Amino acid sequence: MNALPVLLAETVSDGGVWASVNRTFVESRWAYPLLLVLVVGNVVPLLVSFLVWAERRGSALIQDRLGPNRVGPFGLFQSFADLGKFLFKEDVTPGHVNKVLYCLAPAIAVIPPLVALAFVPYGRNVMMADVDTGILACFAVSSLHVYSVTLGGWASNSKFPLLGGVRATAQMISYEIALGVSALAVLMVAGSLRLQDVVLHQADGWTVHGETLGAWSRFLDWNVVKQPIGAIVFLIAGFAETNRHPFDMPEAESELAAGYHTEYSSMKFALFFLGEYAAMIVVSALFTTLYLGGWTLFGLEDVLADWVRSSAPEAGWINWAQVVEGVLHSGIFFTKTLALLFVFIWVRWTLPRFRYDQLMRLGWMRLLPLSLAWLALTAVGVGILR
Amino acid sequence: MAYVTVRRRELTFAERLYLPSILKGMAHTLKHFVGAGGRAGVTMQYPEEKWQLPSFYRGVPSLVKDADGRGKCVACSLCEYVCPPRAISIVPKSIEGVVEKAPEVFDIDMLRCIFCGYCEEVCPEEAIFMSKEYEICGETREELVFHKERLYEIGATLGADAGVPDAERKWAKLAREQGEQGVTGG
Repeated sequence: MNALPVLLAETVSDGGVWASVNRTFVESRWAYPLLLVLVVGNVVPLLVSFLVWAERRGSALIQDRLGPNRVGPFGLFQSFADLGKFLFKEDVTPGHVNKVLYCLAPAIAVIPPLVALAFVPYGRNVMMADVDTGILACFAVSSLHVYSVTLGGWASNSKFPLLGGVRATAQMISYEIALGVSALAVLMVAGSLRLQDVVLHQADGWTVHGETLGAWSRFLDWNVVKQPIGAIVFLIAGFAETNRHPFDMPEAESELAAGYHTEYSSMKFALFFLGEYAAMIVVSALFTTLYLGGWTLFGLEDVLADWVRSSAPEAGWINWAQVVEGVLHSGIFFTKTLALLFVFIWVRWTLPRFRYDQLMRLGWMRLLPLSLAWLALTAVGVGILR
Repeated sequence: MAYVTVRRRELTFAERLYLPSILKGMAHTLKHFVGAGGRAGVTMQYPEEKWQLPSFYRGVPSLVKDADGRGKCVACSLCEYVCPPRAISIVPKSIEGVVEKAPEVFDIDMLRCIFCGYCEEVCPEEAIFMSKEYEICGETREELVFHKERLYEIGATLGADAGVPDAERKWAKLAREQGEQGVTGG
């Protein structure tokens, strides 16, 4: 849409410049994506602050404690208090570090996970970047996350961060392969790299030899049912990718002080923290999309959306039916993602840390062959059933 | 010669798979998470909830007054003498027309006090009592030297159930006791 003539025409016809600018913006193709970026871009950091709180309260409950319960209702605003503390702390840059890389590393920790979330479909129309190479783009960006850990460890120029950084690099590269291969099996079943297609494929029931089975098959259509081994491998590799327990080798506080972020303080440290949780959200969102049917709920979400659409007011300049549908879809999506994030927290406070050699053996000698075998099996299955 | 090789049991497939044990562990932590683990709610919410202190609890030492509102301390300095960490310092003064003295200055340095209770035990006048007060804080060292006024203030919070400070005046009590025993004179 050519904005300028419209703007001029509107200005002439009803006089109000602001109203016409407003109208032009709403009707332009930039309005919706910009709105999405604003909403989702702010939801993720909020979700992170919620997660930190959930982690602390959850771990406390698991250990029969109470956890932070003072700031706000149930201690919900604890993260904001912490943020305030981080902002006002002295930002120490040690004299022995490589200044450029040292400052770059925390930024790299945060940006890739946030970018990767742009490729994830939160609903039928709630998606920032609907690219055809969806999953590849997502992996390509999110695997940049390893650089933050590597650079942070390297630039700190001291031994524990370096050891943490080296471990992290080896670990993340090792598990990235198993992660990618298990995702590949899903893409084979879905027949598309586009994440939206992968989601829709999990909502339309089973198709065998071109024939769609009955409505019951919709309830068994999630990839976690069709790809159980792949899902387990993906989840385990996902834990390793995000450096979460039981794979938190890079930090391993009892061995390496704090690992790669030992030399970091104040807001730079907080950024690493934010990045770690954002990466957790990315893996959970991807798992939801690939294995748990994304924003779909056995077709029930369409029934609900239709009911809403029939009772929605006439479309003004805001399409209410679409808004409600978007909220509904992303609500389903985030419920699944949050459930998965709870599993992340739950596992962290249950399992002890792996030894480094166990970690490597699990990655290369168990998960990788397993995922390759499962890929082959899936290929055969798809060949027979299609 | 005598050593025994302990053969480790062969692990079953399920055990080597590791996942069943993980699930078992997670079931256990979930039980604690939902509060069925047994000890949920054991935490005391401190500023709102407080300990029920036992009767023998030794908090900040405090000075008490008698029924007429006169300080019982006669500045004999026994507590100052007995105090192991030398937290107490007393400067006596004499009172016009009365045999006994009273403290001009009675300071207890709470940074030195070890709450041993010797001062309470040694006091011949039952004038110093260990109170139930344990929340001691200050921003400077000077603030934590408790002066006479503060010590009387804390002493005034002691109820009959606490250290049972004898409210009866010493001479009156003596007279009563002597009267009961049928003793005359002083």
